[in-house]
Amino acid sequence: MTQVGDEILQRVFWIDRELLKNYADASGDQNPIHQDETFAKSVGLPDVIAHGMLTMALAGKFVSDWAGGAVAIKEFSTRFIKPVIVPAGKQVDLTISATVTEVEGSKVRLSVTATSDGVKVLGMTKALVVKS
Amino acid sequence: MLNPDSVGRTFHSAKSFPVTAAEIAAFAAVIGEDDLTVAPPTFSIRISLEQSQDVLSDPHVGIDWSRVVHGDQKFEIVRPIAAGDVLTCSSTIENYKFLAGNEIVTVRSDLHSKDDLVVSSWSTLVVRA
Repeated sequence: MTQVGDEILQRVFWIDRELLKNYADASGDQNPIHQDETFAKSVGLPDVIAHGMLTMALAGKFVSDWAGGAVAIKEFSTRFIKPVIVPAGKQVDLTISATVTEVEGSKVRLSVTATSDGVKVLGMTKALVVKS
Repeated sequence: MLNPDSVGRTFHSAKSFPVTAAEIAAFAAVIGEDDLTVAPPTFSIRISLEQSQDVLSDPHVGIDWSRVVHGDQKFEIVRPIAAGDVLTCSSTIENYKFLAGNEIVTVRSDLHSKDDLVVSSWSTLVVRA
């Protein structure tokens, strides 16, 4: 029985440059700040950064795995507060956890936390799911 | 700088977007999703963000897309997208404000399959000064 305050076990997703390329192709977002280090630095970024929507997509995977599939997710929202920095040749973590904030029958609201290298990258991430 | 007349306007996509199994599979593969019966919850961004870019880059609207960063994102999913859906997108510039020299624009995108609403999403975009 799902209860308010339940914590969903933390999970780590790994992000590297290859994943950014694959996300760019799958999503159509070919902004060079997500692939080209020289370009990223030329616009004042420390290095290539992950697509905010990739981090949200991975958080969505975390939520759907808990809720019983993508079909369970009714609402999903986030704020992009810090970029996930992805240096060449490295895998960086996206560490996701969640807490149950509201339960009403099969409807469950979650508050989701996402960090990379210990820094919070998503803020106010919330999901409404209908748990099967 | 956004033309104030644009706020509240709705732009209907001229084209429709047929969703293929291959597109869903490619998006699912990136996040490690094995279930391909429906699209992942954020899949619709593939359509809505491109439409928002088209709308905001229109010279009559006047946003410099090269300075845009993604601030907030929200989805309300009526039903999951599936392969075979043919979607249309209408984009409404719902909100616009200035904060610390940056323009902040919220675009709502409604994706329909025939007359049925499938997904509504809100992208809040920050145009850096």
